Amino acid sequence: MAKVGVYVCHCGSNIAGVIDVEAVRDFAATLPDVVIARKDLFMCSDSGQEMVKQDVRDGLVDRVVVAACTPRTHEPIFRAAIEKAGLNKYLFEMANIRDQASWVHGHDHEGATEKAKKVVASAVAKARYLESLEDKYVDVTDAALVIGGGIGGISAALELANMGHKTYLVEKQPSIGGVMAQLDKTFPTNDCSACILTPMMVEAYNHPNIETMTYSEVDDVSGYIGNFTVKVRQKQTYVDWAKCTGCGDCATKCPAKTPDEFNAGLSERRAAFIMFPQAVPKKAVIDMAHCLNCAGREIGTIPKVNAKTGKQILAPCEKVCPANAIDRSIAHDPKGAIKEIEVGSIVVATGYKVMEKEWFKEMAPSSPNVITALQLERLISATGPTEGKLLRPSDHQKPKTLTFVSCMGSRDKKFHTYCSRFCCMYMIKQARLLKEKYPDLVINMHFIDVRTAGKDYDEYYTGARNMGINFFKGKVGGLEMLPEDKLRVLAYDMESATNIEYESDLVILATAVELPEDATSLAQKLGLQFCGSKFFRELHPKLGPVETSTEGLFLAGCCQGPKDIPDTVSQAKGAAAAAAVPLAQGKVKIEPIISEVRTEVCSGCGICVPLCPYKAISMREFGGELRAHIEISACKGCGVCTSACPSAAIVLHGYEEDQIFAQIAALTA
Amino acid sequence: MSFSPNIVGFACQWCTYAGADLAGNLRAKYPPTVKLIKVPCSGRVEPEHVLEAFANGADGVLIGGCHFGDCHYKTGNYKTSRRIAIYEKLLKDSGFEADRLRLEWISGAEGYRFAEVIEEFTKQLQEMGPSPMNGGV
Repeated sequence: MAKVGVYVCHCGSNIAGVIDVEAVRDFAATLPDVVIARKDLFMCSDSGQEMVKQDVRDGLVDRVVVAACTPRTHEPIFRAAIEKAGLNKYLFEMANIRDQASWVHGHDHEGATEKAKKVVASAVAKARYLESLEDKYVDVTDAALVIGGGIGGISAALELANMGHKTYLVEKQPSIGGVMAQLDKTFPTNDCSACILTPMMVEAYNHPNIETMTYSEVDDVSGYIGNFTVKVRQKQTYVDWAKCTGCGDCATKCPAKTPDEFNAGLSERRAAFIMFPQAVPKKAVIDMAHCLNCAGREIGTIPKVNAKTGKQILAPCEKVCPANAIDRSIAHDPKGAIKEIEVGSIVVATGYKVMEKEWFKEMAPSSPNVITALQLERLISATGPTEGKLLRPSDHQKPKTLTFVSCMGSRDKKFHTYCSRFCCMYMIKQARLLKEKYPDLVINMHFIDVRTAGKDYDEYYTGARNMGINFFKGKVGGLEMLPEDKLRVLAYDMESATNIEYESDLVILATAVELPEDATSLAQKLGLQFCGSKFFRELHPKLGPVETSTEGLFLAGCCQGPKDIPDTVSQAKGAAAAAAVPLAQGKVKIEPIISEVRTEVCSGCGICVPLCPYKAISMREFGGELRAHIEISACKGCGVCTSACPSAAIVLHGYEEDQIFAQIAALTA
Repeated sequence: MSFSPNIVGFACQWCTYAGADLAGNLRAKYPPTVKLIKVPCSGRVEPEHVLEAFANGADGVLIGGCHFGDCHYKTGNYKTSRRIAIYEKLLKDSGFEADRLRLEWISGAEGYRFAEVIEEFTKQLQEMGPSPMNGGV
């Protein structure tokens, strides 16, 4: 017979302020198999834990129920405590009477107390049926995968590689660098973005422990912490990168034009292109979606022969390539090639995109002189379409009056309620750079609030005010298109409590940060969840900011939420450190909360086999009959097979049938 | 005074259970009618569990899982949703209104949503009255 000890926590006044703890304790003492029922001001304190440990050591209890907060944060603490005292740590159950009772039923003390009693009864009922379980350990593959080659991914990869771990850096674009490569300068020091980023790109690319895979995407992920198998799809470049020298001749001869993504659509690139001048690796790609198939010749076909000269008629790209890297007669697989890699941990640093101006109908999106801040960044960059000269897109004339509008799509119920965090700072940066370069420029900035929390950030803002840049507190209601490509700005100024109207030559919208569209399919492949703001969700907002609910999977940078470069780099280094832990340990623990087939009961029907999302179940021969078998290292313990088994032959340890039925009985008693 | 229905909730530990915890952090008030049984995935819940709860006199049963595409185990919630037709038939055959069972997708970020669901479900069960097992009609 089990000897259950119940320990009810006051949690200061968090629980005791609503729930009659003494009454819950008294009730618990009456439950079957309960031999001890105690209470403490803080069960998680040393003295609280010691009380439990002493009862275990004295042999008084062999099952422990703590009625306190949520098992999601505190179960590991109490499990560790009873394990230290010599009891199997899985002989523990928590009753959640704070997060799911006292905190939400403050208006009904009696109801909360009655509910707490039932929840404790449910935990005790389950505890009576708990069984000892043993952790298992498996070896770890000493390698890491970093998904995303922006500043976050590069920082994480370098950190892991410098710790001595083999690291794969996967980037979907032809070059690493991410959004930071598109920026001109960076706040609050006005460092040239390329000057500080390019050396890191080169260092990562040349690092002996880093294998960079650009123009590549994660196709499939299987396995678990310590032993992930990842299929990486290397997209088809149609250029032999082993031969390509990055001279760019193909891009100059290619006649097919399409908007240049790197310049945020402000200029055109060719179908054969190198992403940007400082690309790493500096290799050409033919974007087949925009290729004209010159001379009427599809890729993968033999060139026609000129009847007069007898020479082959080659496409301009293959003709001009001095390295013979382009051969359009090869039948390239448009799907590219799959490479399978084995890693022990994964860092996701897939970054963000900004909203397009077309979302904001009131902001005259059809005017070429309304641009996003990322477009302005390209416009003022020396590598941008105007080589750094501020020329407005409609007529390539220098604007006289500039308007910045903040919070486009951020802090707005219609789009996103969150703050995109770094827009205030980059707008101030852009305004400062322009004012320094063109002192006669009139710059009007419209903010709901100016948010410049960060080291040296507010000084940077104050500096901008002293430079003669105009700041208005209040929203811009809309823009009107005027003749000569001008725009009328209709705004409200809270300080003077008046509507203001003026003409502007160029309007810059600081549009909201959000996840790129392909983030959803990546989340499904990795088993990531989204937070309320539709970014990837971390394990805990304060205490687990780089971890996720999947062990061995970590987050860095804007994919977890908007953040600037310093914060991204900090988080990336944190994620790298966390990702290195299993690699350094060499072994990882497999929790025994997984399913097991009772072979003697299994009828061999095979219903469970296709249901398993991890392909952990196979049919094996036992005593001449085919029976289901679960591979313990692949099982993650969801229990779908357990529920579906018509013979009830599959046990999910920790959530066993008799345990759940006992809980149901206790809650309906 | 209207009666306080007894709701047995099966909540997946990654989404709905976490959402209920978040409701606590947010101090989102709801009536103390629901008591959750934590399961790893809504796909762990069996028709037998639901029927047992009703047979024992539960006035309502809630199954809470992750939104589609959000499942920690990739597809467990799809399996749960496909069982709904079975539940409806089993409940009708056993003489219970199918509405006494509620399936909800509540993420770990939806604390207020959890509170709203319990508020609504409680009201609905109060209108329906006690379970037939407890003298209801």
